[in-house]
Amino acid sequence: MIVNEKVAVDHGLKKDEYAKICEMLKRTPNITELGIFSAMWNEHCSYKSSRLHLKNLPTKGKKVIQGPGENAGVIDIEDNDAIVFKIESHNHPSFIEPYQGAATGVGGIMRDVFTMGARPIANLNSIHFGSPQHKKTKNLLRGVVHGIGGYGNCMGVPTIAGQTSFDSSYNGNILVNAMTLGLVKKDKIFYSKAAGLNKPVIYVGSKTGRDGIHGASMASASFDEKIEEKKPTVQVGDPFTEKLLLEACLELMAGNSIIAIQDMGAAGLTSSSIEMASKGNLGIEINLNKVPCREAKMSPYEIMLSESQERMLIVLENGKEEHAKKIFDKWNLDFAVIGKTTKSKKIELYFDEEKVADIPVNTLVENSPMYDRKWKKAKLPKKNKIKKEDIKHLKIIDVLKKILGNPNVCSKEWIWQQYDHTVMGDTIQKPGGDAGVVRVHGTDKAVAASVDSSAVYCWAHPLTGGKQVVCESFRNLIAVGAKPVAITNCLNFGSPENNENMGEFVECVQGISEASEYLKFPVVSGNVSFYNQTKNEGIKPTPAIGGVGLIKDYKNMITMEFKELDNLVLVIGKTEGHIDQSLFARNILDEKNGPPPEVNLFNEKNNGETLLKLIDNNLIKSAHDVSLGGIITAVAKMCIKGKKGINIKKPKYLINEIEYLFAEDQGRYIIEINKKNFKKVADMLNKNAVHFDELGTIIENELYINEKTKVTIDELSASNKSWLVDYMSK
Amino acid sequence: MKSSVITFPGSNCDRDMDVALKKFGFKNKMVWHADAELPKSDLVVLPGGFSYGDYLRCGSMASKSKIMQSVINFANSGGMVMGICNGFQILVETGLVPGVLLRNKYLEFICKNVFVKINDKQNKYFKNVNNEVLEFHIAHNEGNYFCTLDQLKKIEDNNQIAINYCDENGKIEDQFNPNGSIKNIAGIFNKEKNVLGMMPHPERMIDKSLSGEDGSLFFKSLINNLK
Repeated sequence: MIVNEKVAVDHGLKKDEYAKICEMLKRTPNITELGIFSAMWNEHCSYKSSRLHLKNLPTKGKKVIQGPGENAGVIDIEDNDAIVFKIESHNHPSFIEPYQGAATGVGGIMRDVFTMGARPIANLNSIHFGSPQHKKTKNLLRGVVHGIGGYGNCMGVPTIAGQTSFDSSYNGNILVNAMTLGLVKKDKIFYSKAAGLNKPVIYVGSKTGRDGIHGASMASASFDEKIEEKKPTVQVGDPFTEKLLLEACLELMAGNSIIAIQDMGAAGLTSSSIEMASKGNLGIEINLNKVPCREAKMSPYEIMLSESQERMLIVLENGKEEHAKKIFDKWNLDFAVIGKTTKSKKIELYFDEEKVADIPVNTLVENSPMYDRKWKKAKLPKKNKIKKEDIKHLKIIDVLKKILGNPNVCSKEWIWQQYDHTVMGDTIQKPGGDAGVVRVHGTDKAVAASVDSSAVYCWAHPLTGGKQVVCESFRNLIAVGAKPVAITNCLNFGSPENNENMGEFVECVQGISEASEYLKFPVVSGNVSFYNQTKNEGIKPTPAIGGVGLIKDYKNMITMEFKELDNLVLVIGKTEGHIDQSLFARNILDEKNGPPPEVNLFNEKNNGETLLKLIDNNLIKSAHDVSLGGIITAVAKMCIKGKKGINIKKPKYLINEIEYLFAEDQGRYIIEINKKNFKKVADMLNKNAVHFDELGTIIENELYINEKTKVTIDELSASNKSWLVDYMSK
Repeated sequence: MKSSVITFPGSNCDRDMDVALKKFGFKNKMVWHADAELPKSDLVVLPGGFSYGDYLRCGSMASKSKIMQSVINFANSGGMVMGICNGFQILVETGLVPGVLLRNKYLEFICKNVFVKINDKQNKYFKNVNNEVLEFHIAHNEGNYFCTLDQLKKIEDNNQIAINYCDENGKIEDQFNPNGSIKNIAGIFNKEKNVLGMMPHPERMIDKSLSGEDGSLFFKSLINNLK
């Protein structure tokens, strides 16, 4: 095939990008080379629109062993243990083929983690669907949940937490973000940097097929009417092979044979070989006839661009080939020496004894395009004033029931019961709490993880929204008694070529940076997913934050269900009555305008750290962060989970009852304490200048508000649990 | 007491079972599926997971793997063999216990706590468990036990049902059946009751920080009965 500008444009390259390629090569690339450039230079692999802004994220900290730039981030959890973790999107494939798209998303992120030598110990996910009324939503939800479960369950890794939301902005572009945590010894971490000349380059895992060719390019473009035709670009997952690959890799890693290892994810053999060469400042020579292929007569172009799953590329020490081969034979996996490292600093490919590609590595990586896209700053919207006549007819209990049954608040048990969340025998906090918690096997330590996003806040004001998501992650970890350590982010946005969408990206990242800097909660890994849009309509900006925290003694973990009658319930943090962009405003008052709740980083940090002190002093019986639906929703959930009631007395604030109960002010928690400890707790809160309200006392079976309004917990529980089950069974 | 846990390609509860057996005093060995010989054992466990990816049919390929001939011989000579979840699926494929395991009634993987009622205590597995009802944990996609009416009659005549799904008070009703199993069957024995297959995972219930502790009652009884 003759390569020209039109062929390049068909590969998703811009005309000036093609001109730059010809200039750097000083010739026209052949079709294989063009394919390689298109794979490396697309948005998904090159981060060409985002790199400039991601540089500003805080990525360093005392506990950070490895920040962004590797397969995943690594943090120190003491005693020579480290946690490897990352979140990644698989949005576009999941919309086209929900089961396989979601499954391979989970497979891909687990591979990123075990590539670094870590055994995966927990999976999480953040999934977002269109309006429940949209005709595709139900099937997409079912497919995605089956896909996530299908892969994770078979791998034997517990899925311990997640987040599901519905919003019409995802009607044509669902989001599927998968996160994995792995455990590794600090001195046994593996990296992707090749080193040494004439070292054997090894291919292991599944055979290469024609699936997923141009997957990364597909993920770097908007959808149109013809998306169904893109089904062949979705990869097909085989979790069984991945389980074997995991065990085989960990077995090989126990010795000293591996110099560098990289999984073949997006853009397959192309990106894995080029990344290893680039990091090691070396060249790589590959004989494509040696690559194990599933189908006959695959061309060099197809072999290089296939995104077949469950494959790894390894640079071995000389002389270790036989030892390594034995291990992969034992696990029935393909093993082939396909090339070697060279000093050429080029990627050189041979096929049928002919040289089919010859590209300097730096042209693909360092010299890849980087854009300073135009972006538009968002204004902070004006506050709305709630009119008395809008709320005077509202009955608090009816509103509460409606909110508990809202698709974005209701119980997601139907989803997480389909995920094996107890395999590996260390899950001590299951899905449905503020964060999932797993023990570090064989120790007293535990790791907490949560994944959060607040698209509505980010849409209303990206800078505040970006900050808020980081704070929410911080809170969720603290609520289970974990000290927050670091985060990973998955930045889901519309088109970077649209200056409003680009502005949302830039300002959300700025918000994330500010909050993570202030809270000393650095970003150690992440992923950007642009072009989440159909035709010209982008999704609401949805940065998802995966937070990880450490609990030194797992017996001190906190859960959210109310524990004991007569205990006191307090609200930590001040309630100002911010209703704009709350679930109450959007769903009960049908008011979609206004600013999101303000984020005060000082209060956020101070309130959180003080709560951790209370937990360390064994003063807290249960805790839960206040988020969607405000104080009353948080309290109701604690009642439902603990099968207990509460007698609430609204503190004598100037704001009215509705604002007090449904406002979504930030930096707040609900805590349960023993009455006899009240003075100790109050002293500690006062000493640290933390505002708190006495909210009420735990009683049996019913929720009372100011003596006059009441409802049984069973009724609330039914409102909370029925929506999703009913929706999926209709 | 010596135990052996078989690891098949795709097993993923083998480590959890190893941890549990050791916790209650077994000297456990991990045995690779391609080995021909079983080490000397008082108990052999086929663990949960997705042996051979559950491709073809759950448990079917594992039932033909090399070690299984030794396991079958061991069982036929009266040795204690226990299959949990995927291990139960492997046992039905070998024919050591009757019946088959179909896809769950609602076609979904299900992971949750359930209650089971012990149907028979005249065996080495449940003999010293004081409770009648245990809180166990299930995690499976194909746990819907099915057999022919003739088989069912024989199973009942021989008192081969080990445990049934029930509520916390031991009431065995359809509404407490998580997967559509015939007669709420959660586990069965072979005729001689040295072979037990069950869907619930007692190894996930051995610590009060986990889903519960009733698995401990089971393992304590088991090791005492074997002494």
